[in-house]
Amino acid sequence: MRTPSTVVMLCTLGLTLAAAMPSAHADGAEIALHGNTRGAPACIACHGTQGEGAAASGFPRLAGLDAGYVHAQLEAFAAEKRTNAIMTPIAQALSAAERKQLADYYSGLGRDPGTVKAARPQADKVDPISGSAGAQLALKGRWENALPACVQCHGGRGAGVGSAFPALAGQPALYIENQLRAWQQGTRAPGPLGLMKVIADKLSTDDIKQVAAYFAALSPDRTTRGDTP
Amino acid sequence: MKARTMLALAAAILAIAAIIFVVTMRAEPDATRVSPDATLAPGPTAKPTIVKPVAAVTAFQPPPETAMPKDEFGQVVKLGRDIFTHTERYASQYNGSTNMNCSSCHLDAGRLAHSAPLWAAFVSYPAYRSKDRQVNTFASRVQGCFKYSMNGTAPPLGDPVLIALESYAYWLASGAPVDPKIAGRGYPKIPKPPLPPDYARGQQVFTQHCALCHGADGAGQTDANGQPNFPALWGEKSFNWGAGMGNLKNASGFIKANMPLGLGGTLSDQQAWDVARFMNSHERPQDPRFNGSVAATRAQHHDSPDDLYGTTVNGHLLGSGTSQAR
Repeated sequence: MRTPSTVVMLCTLGLTLAAAMPSAHADGAEIALHGNTRGAPACIACHGTQGEGAAASGFPRLAGLDAGYVHAQLEAFAAEKRTNAIMTPIAQALSAAERKQLADYYSGLGRDPGTVKAARPQADKVDPISGSAGAQLALKGRWENALPACVQCHGGRGAGVGSAFPALAGQPALYIENQLRAWQQGTRAPGPLGLMKVIADKLSTDDIKQVAAYFAALSPDRTTRGDTP
Repeated sequence: MKARTMLALAAAILAIAAIIFVVTMRAEPDATRVSPDATLAPGPTAKPTIVKPVAAVTAFQPPPETAMPKDEFGQVVKLGRDIFTHTERYASQYNGSTNMNCSSCHLDAGRLAHSAPLWAAFVSYPAYRSKDRQVNTFASRVQGCFKYSMNGTAPPLGDPVLIALESYAYWLASGAPVDPKIAGRGYPKIPKPPLPPDYARGQQVFTQHCALCHGADGAGQTDANGQPNFPALWGEKSFNWGAGMGNLKNASGFIKANMPLGLGGTLSDQQAWDVARFMNSHERPQDPRFNGSVAATRAQHHDSPDDLYGTTVNGHLLGSGTSQAR
C-alpha cells in the first residue's frame, strides 16, 4: 500500500515540477511527467513512470490503451459521469486539448511487443490457468445466465477492440474489481448500450475476483496470436 | 521582498494542494481494497438480471466442457471444438473470405439453445432439404456451412476437419433424443411484425444497437492484435448470398434471441425484422449456386418474400455484386 507520506512526496514533486513548467502548451508527455500549471499533478505519480499502473493501489495501466477510450474516460471524469474523487478534479484541471494530448500520449506508449512494462514484475511470467473459474468466464462466459465471454467484446487475450472495448490484459486485478463494483453500484456510467452494468450485475463477488485475477495475469504485450483456445 | 512573499505563498499553496490531494485520495472508493465482508460488497443491485427468454421451453443441456473425454476420441472432439471457435486457425484450408468463426452465429461454441446449437442439428439429420433438393446427412449439412456461411470450400467427406466437427456435435448431443423437433433447435421463429420490415427503421436500429460492435460500415472489427473479433454483417468478409442468415426469418430470429451480445431479447420483434431487412439489403459475396443470371438464380433459389437477393434496393440489384460488396 502507498503510504500518505509517499503520496505527499509524489504530489509535491509533481506540483513543484508543474509550477516550474510555465508553458501553457505542454504536450501529453510533459503533462504526464510534470502535470500542468492549473493544478493537474503528474500522471506518473499514480500511473507509473511508463503508464504501467500500480497493482497494489488499483491504479490502472494506461500504456497502450486505445486513445479514443482514454480520451472518453477523461471526458467522463471531467463531466462527472464517471465518479472518482481523484480523477474528477484532475480531469477538470486539464484543458480539452490536454485531455486529448494525454490520451494520445498513453495510447502510444508500449505499442511494440516487449517494451511494455508490467504493473507487477511477475505479471509477464504468470500463465493464467486455463481451467480456472476466471478463465472460464473470460474465455467462455456463462451463457445459461446470458453472460457472454469477456473476450467476445474485449478481444482475444483481452487485447481490446476499438475505442469502446478497452484492453483488460495486464490491468491490475484491484482496478478491474473496482470497476465491476462501480458498475454494480452505479458510480460508473454503464457505457455503450449500457452493457457493462448488465454484465457486472450478473457477477458474484467471487466471479469478480476470479475474472480480475485472470486478466491481471495476462501480459499486456501485443501479440500476433489471438485468443487462447 | 516581493519575490520572497510570492515564494512563501507558492509553498503554502503547494502544501494545501498536496493535503487536499491526499484527503481526496483517501476518500476515493476506487483506490481502497474492499475486504470480503465490507459494506461495499455487491448489494441488492448485484443480483442477476434476467433477460426474458425468447422461448420458454426447457432446452436440452449438452454435457459440460469439463466432461469432455481425454482419450483418443476426446482429442478429436476437442479439435472439433477448436475448429468451431477458431475456424481460420484450425481449418484455414476450407475457410473462405469471411472474418467469422462457426461460433459467430452458433453462440457458446455451439451449445446455446435458440442459437442453432450443434446438438440439435446433430439429432435432426439425415433430412431432406429444399436448398439442394436431396437428403442431407449431418456431414453434408456441415459442408454447406463452409460453402455458404463461411463463403469457403466444403471439406470432402472423410476429411479430418469434418470428422472433428461431427465428433464434437455428436459428443454435445450425448443423451439427446433423435428428434428434429427438439426444443432449442435453430433460431426462434419470430412472429411477423405489425409493420412490414423497413430499411429506414432498420438503419436506425442498426445505428443505435449494432454499429458499436459491427462497425458503422457493417464490416466488423478486429482486436488490437489484428485478429477478427466482431463479424462482418455484409460485404466481402460476410457470409455469402447462399447462407441461411440471408433469409430474414432466420436473421430476425437470431437477432431477437441473441443480439446485441449479452442483451438478447431486448429488441422488439419489429426492430429485429427491420434490422434484419437493413442488414440483408446490402451486397455480399455471390451465391455459389449462381447460374449466370441474378433473376434466374433468384427464381431457382431465392423465391421468397423473406429473401432480398435479386431485388433492387436504393437503385442497386442485390446479387449483381458491385463495389457495394467491398
